[in-house]
Amino acid sequence: MKKIHSVLVAAACGLWIGAAHADIKVGFTAPLSGPAGAIGQDQYDGFMLAIERLQGRLGGQSAAVLKEDDQLKPEVGLQAARKLIEKEKVDVLVGLGYTNVFMAMAPLVTQSGVVAIGTNAGPQAVAGAGCKANIFAMTGQNDGPSEAMGMYAQQKRYDRTFLLAPNYQAGKEMLAGFKRHYKGSVADEVYPPLNQSDFSAEIAQIQAARPDALFIFLPGGMGINFIKQMKQAGLLGRVPVMSVFTVDGTTLPALKQQAEGVLAGAMWDAASDGKEAAEFKQAFAARYKRIPSLYAAVGYDAGNLLNVAIARLNGNVSDKVAFAAAVKAAGSEFRSVRGAFRFNTNNMPVQDYHVYQVVKAGTDVTMAQVATPVKAHPDSYHAQCSLK
Amino acid sequence: MSLTLFIAQLLNGLQFGVLLFLLAAGLTLVFGIMSFINLAHGSLYMVGAYAAAVAGAKTGSFAVAVAAALIAGVAVGALLERLAASRLYRRDHLDHVLATFGLVMFFNELARMIWGPQPIFISLPESLSGTVALLGFSYPSYRFLIIATGLAVAMASQWLIRRTRWGMLIRAGSSNPDMVSTLGVNIGLLNAGLFTLGAALAALAGAMAAPILSVQSGMGDGVLITTLVVIVIGGIGSVAGAFCASLLVGVVDTMGRSYLTLLLREVADRDVANAAGPALASMLVYLLMAIVLAWRPQGLFPATGRPS
Repeated sequence: MKKIHSVLVAAACGLWIGAAHADIKVGFTAPLSGPAGAIGQDQYDGFMLAIERLQGRLGGQSAAVLKEDDQLKPEVGLQAARKLIEKEKVDVLVGLGYTNVFMAMAPLVTQSGVVAIGTNAGPQAVAGAGCKANIFAMTGQNDGPSEAMGMYAQQKRYDRTFLLAPNYQAGKEMLAGFKRHYKGSVADEVYPPLNQSDFSAEIAQIQAARPDALFIFLPGGMGINFIKQMKQAGLLGRVPVMSVFTVDGTTLPALKQQAEGVLAGAMWDAASDGKEAAEFKQAFAARYKRIPSLYAAVGYDAGNLLNVAIARLNGNVSDKVAFAAAVKAAGSEFRSVRGAFRFNTNNMPVQDYHVYQVVKAGTDVTMAQVATPVKAHPDSYHAQCSLK
Repeated sequence: MSLTLFIAQLLNGLQFGVLLFLLAAGLTLVFGIMSFINLAHGSLYMVGAYAAAVAGAKTGSFAVAVAAALIAGVAVGALLERLAASRLYRRDHLDHVLATFGLVMFFNELARMIWGPQPIFISLPESLSGTVALLGFSYPSYRFLIIATGLAVAMASQWLIRRTRWGMLIRAGSSNPDMVSTLGVNIGLLNAGLFTLGAALAALAGAMAAPILSVQSGMGDGVLITTLVVIVIGGIGSVAGAFCASLLVGVVDTMGRSYLTLLLREVADRDVANAAGPALASMLVYLLMAIVLAWRPQGLFPATGRPS
C-alpha cells in the first residue's frame, strides 16, 4: 500500500512539474490505433510540425501537448476529453476524432466552455442550430467535399449514381451532401457497418445495378480494401469512382496504381499549389519522410491558427469566451495551406473545394487537380446557427 | 433482384464462410479438446497475414507468401503453446480469457511497433488477379481460390479426424481427455500438436485474406468474435459442426447485408429501411446464434459424449 502511495505521489509530482513548464496546455485526441490510426497520426504530426516550426511556442507562450487515443470509440473519446478538461485542465482541445466521437464529446466541451478545434470531423449538429461559440471545425462541415462532388457529377452529367458510405452519422451526411446538388437519379444507396473490411456483397450489388458512376465515402482502411476489391472484381476503370475522404495522402501509399483514375473531392491535397502549401509540404516531408495528407494539413493549420489567436490575446487565454472570439477572428488572419480561409458565423470554414484524380506518374501514381466546382463555399447549415 | 446477383452473393457468402472455417476449425479443436479458450487465435491470423505480406513483398511470389504464413503460424503457435498455453490448461477458464486477452494486446502492440499503424499491402500475382465471367457477372478468380482452399482443408480435416489414429485420439480426447491419458497416450504432445495445427490454419486464413483486406494491427479482433459465434453455433469441439456453421454464418451474414435493406423497403418507408436495414444486418449472426441455442443449446453438431 505504501509503495502504491509513493508511486502516486511521484506521478502527481511529475505531472505537476510537466504542467508548470508550459504556459499553454493543449489536449489532443484522435484515433491513433486501428484502421483509422493513420488519419489520427497525420493530424497529430501536422499539428506538432506547426508547433515545432514555431519553436515550441503558440502565440509566444511555451506549449505542451497531451495526446490521447480515442480508438474511434465514442466512450473512450469522451473519457479522454473528460480527463484532459477536468483533470489536466487544458486550455484548448484539438482533434476530436471522427463525427461519432466528436458528438460524444460535444456536450462536455460545450458545458466546460473550453475552446475545441476539430481537425477531422465537422458534424451537421454543431453547424446548424446546435452551433457553439467554443467549438470549431477546422476541416470543414462534413458535407463540403461531397456537395462539391455532387456538383461535379452534375457537370459530368452522370445519370445514375450508386452511393456507398458506412452506417453512421457522417456516412449519412456525406451522402445527403452529395444528393443536395445532384439532379440525376440514385441507383441505390448502401450503408455497410463502420470498419467493415470485406465489400464483396456491396460490389456484387454495384455490378448488378450497372450505374453510370459511383460515389463513396469510406475513410481509412475501409477505402483501401474497397478500392482493392473493386480492382480485383474488374470494375475499376469501367465505372467512374468519385470519393471523399477515401483516396487521399493516407491511403494512396498503400493503394498505388490500383487507385488510378479514382476521383477525390477535398479542400486540400499535396497536389495543391500556393506558397504556404509548398512550404508545408517541404517541411513535412523533411521531418516525417512522407508526403502530407489533407489530415496533416488540417493539423498544421490548427497549430498556426492557435498561434495567431493566442498572440492576439498576448498569451492570456484564461478568459474562455475571449479565447473563442480570438480563434474565430484568427480564422481569416492566419496563413492557411488551403489559401483563402475564414470561419463562418457557425465556426465552420468558408473555403474552396477541389476535385483531384489519381494519375500515373512514372511507375508510381500521384494526385492531380482536375476541377474546382465551388469557391468560397459556405456550408448549408450556417443560416440555422444563432451565433454572429 | 436477379438470379445472377443472388448466385454472386451466395458465392460471396461461401467465400466468407470457408475463411471463417479455417479459423474456426483450429479454435474449436483447442476449445473442445483441451477446454482452452484461446482469444489470441485472431492474433495467429494476424501473424499469418503479416508473414504473407512481408514474404510476398520480398519475393513477389504468392506461393512463398502462403508458405511463409504457414511456417510463421507453426512457429508462433508452437512457441505460444510451450510458453503460455500449456501452463494454463489446468486452470480456470477465466484465467485463459485473461491471459489470452493479454496476448492479443501484446501481439497487436508488437505488430504496431514493427510495422507501424499504417496498413500494409500485398498484391496478387498476375495469374490470380483476373476475373471469371459468370452468367454476365465478373467474379474475382482469387475468391474461387479461397473457396477451393477452404473446401480442401475441410476435406483433409475430415479425413484426418475420421480415418487416422491421430484423429481417433482427437475424437476420444474431445469426449474424455482423462480416459485418453490413462490409456497411456501422451496428452501433452497431442495438445501441442493440435494447438500448432490450429495456429497453422489460422495463419493460412490470414494469408488467404491478406490480398483482399489490408494487413494491420488488430485485424484479427473483429473476425475472432465471428469465429466464436461459429463454434458456438456448430457445437464446441466438432470440426464438422464448425464447417456447417461457418458456411451458415458466412451466407447469412452476406445475404443479410445485401438483401435485408431491400426487403425492408418493401414493407417500410425508404428512409426507415435505409436506417434499420444495415443495423439489423449487422445483428443477424447474433440473432442466428440465439435461435440456434434456443433450439439446440449444445450447438448444431455437438461433439458426441462430451461431458457437460
